This record gives sequence, C-alpha cells and structure tokens, in this order.
Amino acid sequence: MKFKTLLLVALAIATGSVAGAKTIELLNVSYDPTRELYTDYNAAFAKYWKAKTGDDIVVKQSHGGSGKQARSLIDGLQGDVATLALAADIDALYDNAKLLPADWQKRLPNNSTPYTSTIVFLVRKGNPKAIKDWNDLVKPGVSVVTPNPKTSGGARWNYLAAWAYAKHRDGSDDAAKKFVAALFKNVPVLDSGARGSTTTFVQRAIGDVAISWENEAFLALKEFGADKFEIVVPSLSILAEPPVAIVDKVVKKKGTTEVAKGYLEYLYSDEGQDIAGRNFYRPRNPSAATKYANVFPQLQLVTIDAEFGGWTSAQKTHFADGGVFDQIYAK
Amino acid sequence: MSAVTTAPFPVRRAPVRAVGPRVVRNPWWVRVIFMTIALSFVGFFLLLPLVAVFVEALRKGFGAYFHAFADPDARSAIRLTLTAAAIAVPANLVFGIAASWCIAKFNFAGKSILTTLIDLPFAVSPVISGLIYVLVFGAQGWLGPYLGAGDHPWLGEWINQHDITIIFAVPGIVLATIFVTFPFVARELIPLMQTQGNDEEYAALTLGANGWQTFWHVTLPNIKWGLFYGVILCNARAMGEFGAVSVVSGHIRGETNTMPLHIEILYNEYNFVAAFAISSLLAMLGIVTLILKSFIEWRHMQAKTS
Repeated sequence: MKFKTLLLVALAIATGSVAGAKTIELLNVSYDPTRELYTDYNAAFAKYWKAKTGDDIVVKQSHGGSGKQARSLIDGLQGDVATLALAADIDALYDNAKLLPADWQKRLPNNSTPYTSTIVFLVRKGNPKAIKDWNDLVKPGVSVVTPNPKTSGGARWNYLAAWAYAKHRDGSDDAAKKFVAALFKNVPVLDSGARGSTTTFVQRAIGDVAISWENEAFLALKEFGADKFEIVVPSLSILAEPPVAIVDKVVKKKGTTEVAKGYLEYLYSDEGQDIAGRNFYRPRNPSAATKYANVFPQLQLVTIDAEFGGWTSAQKTHFADGGVFDQIYAK
Repeated sequence: MSAVTTAPFPVRRAPVRAVGPRVVRNPWWVRVIFMTIALSFVGFFLLLPLVAVFVEALRKGFGAYFHAFADPDARSAIRLTLTAAAIAVPANLVFGIAASWCIAKFNFAGKSILTTLIDLPFAVSPVISGLIYVLVFGAQGWLGPYLGAGDHPWLGEWINQHDITIIFAVPGIVLATIFVTFPFVARELIPLMQTQGNDEEYAALTLGANGWQTFWHVTLPNIKWGLFYGVILCNARAMGEFGAVSVVSGHIRGETNTMPLHIEILYNEYNFVAAFAISSLLAMLGIVTLILKSFIEWRHMQAKTS
C-alpha cells in the first residue's frame, strides 16, 4: 500500500514537471574562440525566450576548430545552429550533406554575420622584437604562432590578411605568395584551432608573435593581464565575418525551427549586440558600435569579397587540396 | 603483467640466488650511477608531473578545488566516464573470459587469427579507432543513411520511426571505449590459462562435473587474480581514454564530454584550477589502480607460495 502511494506520488511529480513549461534543448556548434561569448549570450537568450514564450531553453555548446566542427556536422552532429568562423565552412554543410539551402547567407541581415572581427598581432610585453606590421613577421629569427588553415577558420583569415597586405604593398599575386611562404617559414607549430594556438603562445611561451583574432587577443589580455602581453594593430587587415546559420535538416527533425530562428535573430538585438561588444566582437548595430568605438582600433580593412572574390573562390584557390597553401607549406 | 604471467616456482629459487653476489661485486660507482639514472628518471618523468597536477589543482585553495566538481558540466563528464566504463568493462570481461577460454583450452581453425585480432586495438592509433566508427555510423558513413528516421522498406518499422544516434552521442563513446579496452582482459588471461593447462578440468570432468561446474569451480578460481588484474587495467584505460573518444564525441558540453575531454576544454578556457582538479581525480584513479595492482600481485604470490 505504502509503496503504491509512493509510486503514485512519484508519477504525479514526473508528469507534473512535464505538463508545465516546456524545456527545449538547442545545440550550438561553434568555432573555438566563441566560448565566452556564447556562455554570456545563452544565459541572456534563455531569459528573453522564457519571458516571451514561457518555455525554458537550454543551449548546449560544442566548440572546436571551425573546419573540424563543419566536418562533425556533416558526419551527423545534431547541431541546431552553426556559428562558424567563416562562410566557406557553412557552405560545406550544403556542398557535402545538403544540411541547409545554398542561399543560407541571405536569410539573415549583413551576410548572416551579426558581429565581425579582424586579425591582429599578440606580442609579449614591451614588444621585444619590435613588431609593428606584417613585414616584421617575415624577418629571420621572428617566430610566428598561427593555427593550421586546413582545420582552423581563424588561421584562414590570418593567411588571407597577410596575403592582402603583401598584394597591396607589392601589387601582384606572385609577390603575395612569396611573402606568405616566407611568413609560414617562421611558424614553428600549427595548432588545429585558434584557442590551441593562443594557449601555445600564452601558456607554453612559444613564439614572438601570435597572429590572432582580435577578440581572442583581447581575451588573452583580460585573462592574463595587460602587464604580460600587448596587442599590435597592423596597417592593413581583413574584415573577418563569422556567419551564423540554422541547420535546416536538424531543426526540422527536432522541431526546433522557431527557437533556432529566434536564437540567431536575437544576436542582432540591442542586448545581443551589447554582449558581442563586451566579448570583444565588433557589433554591427550602429548604436552598439558607437558604444564600443573606443575599444576597437581603426585600421584599413579589406573584405573577402572585394579582395578574393568571396569564400568559395578563396577556399578553392588557397586551401583546397593542392591549393596555394599546400604548395607553399610543402616547400 | 609480468608478475602474473611468470608465475615463479619455489623450486627454482636456488639458482636465482646465485646471481646475487655477482651484482654485489660490481664496483660501487656503477651502482650509484644506475641508481641515480633510474631515480632521477622516475622523479622527472613520473613523480614531478603527478605532484604538479595536485599543486596546480590546489593553487587557489580547497574551496576552488571542490567548486570545480560542483559545476554541472564537470559532473556530467564524470557521470559519462563512469557510465562508459560501467558498460565497457563488463563487456570486455565477458569477452575476455570467453576468448581466452577458447584460445587456451581448445584447438580450432583460425585460432591464431583470433589471437592476432585481439591485439588490434593495441596496434592501431586511438584516432583510427574513433574514425572507423565515424566512417561506419556517421551520417555520411556506410550505415548512416539507415540509422536516421526514414523510409527503408527492408528495415523494421521501429528503425524507420526512430533516430538512432551512435556517433556524437553516448553509444559512440561506449563503442569507442570498448574497442580500445578490448585486449586487456583477454591478454591477461590467455598466457595464464595456457600455463595452467587442461589437467584440472579433465580431472573435474572425469569426476562427473558438467561444463558449467568445471568452469565455475575449477577454471574461474584458478584465474581469478589474473582476471581481477585485467579488469583493473581495463577500467583505468576506459576512464582515461582520450583520442578515440574525442573523435566520436562531438564535444557537447554537459552531454558528450568525458572527463579527459572536459579537462582539455577547461584548460583551453584558461580555467586551470578546474582543469587540474578534474585531472587530479583521474590521477587518483591511477594511484588507486596501482595500489590494487600491488595488492593483487602480493595476494597472487601468497597463493602461489602457500
């Protein structure tokens, strides 16, 4: 008798908790340096969504090198949204597995990139090797840390920024190729992701300069103190646009289309933009951009579309098997 | 491993003792040099890192140390590691006994192939162990298209209505763990059973015991220490495996991160105290393993000499 009562009570509690507000789970598959950004953002979004719909949201995170994360999604990782380092990695989701439509980048404002960043240098305090611009990185005896462009999105931005600098300076693709080849001669380790590369530079004290996401460099300064490292802004860099997209095939199956859409759209809201700025990503929204204007240095930024004809073309020329990166790194 | 496999016979002790004086006759400086090399090697490569783990873990005091275990993601990682080990170890226990029983007590065609295959997980890199499961069960893999809900008339209705996720979920992690820990129990038992031979089993059979009774009352008591030892090693590896599990995990925090994967994540997030706190838990597991191993070797020796 007693046991039966207990069982009934347990059952009532169990069903009661199900009958109340729904708990929806989302999986955000992201690249390496966004850990802190999405920890903040997920909490804010859960609060917003709860107030709006009454449903509880739990957003789970998976982080890794951008190319590797795209590979995992293609192999079946059930991510509702992909927030990767560059458009080519989300294009791969269409090319290899038709996880989303080909025109995914037109579905959200600003090329589906709610925040931008750029590529800067992180050097040790006092800048002992006097690094001021890209041409200082190819000097003999300067050890440069950057991740592997095959697996890391940040590394591809690094590579293209260096290329754009040399092409603007010397005017030809041949000169740019020579410059980038000389730069990679100075690279002692190629980590698989941007965060691994930062820890190599910061924790293992390898290298004189790390080519890094701006947000990643700011975070290292915040974590380890401005008395240990300095940020050096080159004369020219690239406008890095890390895009976001719903993975249609997954959300359709899980029935999470609406939440996933809300999740990405809220990134463009005032609060979402403020969180981006707080985590050292450059906000798109003009009011948030003004608020954080004194944080982010002004510099000449080239775009992937104008300089390289978009990601599809850049990917094919530079990073595909047998592409320019393979040619210069094999030498 | 050697203590179990080279079961010492008390009779052979006399010639062993004869080696003693020759060692003692070596010049003192040879002994000092070798001792120094051995001790500094052990100190630098084993003891120092172990101490460093605990020092780093306690850098910000016991409060921060225990706080690391209160984090839901850390708890989920510990739970997942224990779950994977709780499935992998019994599975390999059953397989290990069955395989070594077959190999040691019977002769059959393909025996050497089976023996070689058991060693396969030792021979290949853990990354490959993980990748093979992605290639088989991944969405683009051989079986991938049939695992998702869909319309495959030749498959059962249940399979068509349910999504079966293996990769980037707990089943994949368990499979990868079973694969890499496959040889431990069998490798421990095969030489042991081979040296013991079949005599006692034959005696039991002639006295009227059936197959099951023979196994339970004769074979199992003979191998119990070796078995126990194999299980401990298997368990230690199951909990510590990184490479294979990393490939199939998908790294979803609070869901598919095991303890070793969670340690890497914490380290990459500059959360060093928490990373080393979880590491210290794995290190303690290692120490407990060693203590149990020594205890078993000691018991084994006692059983042999008495």
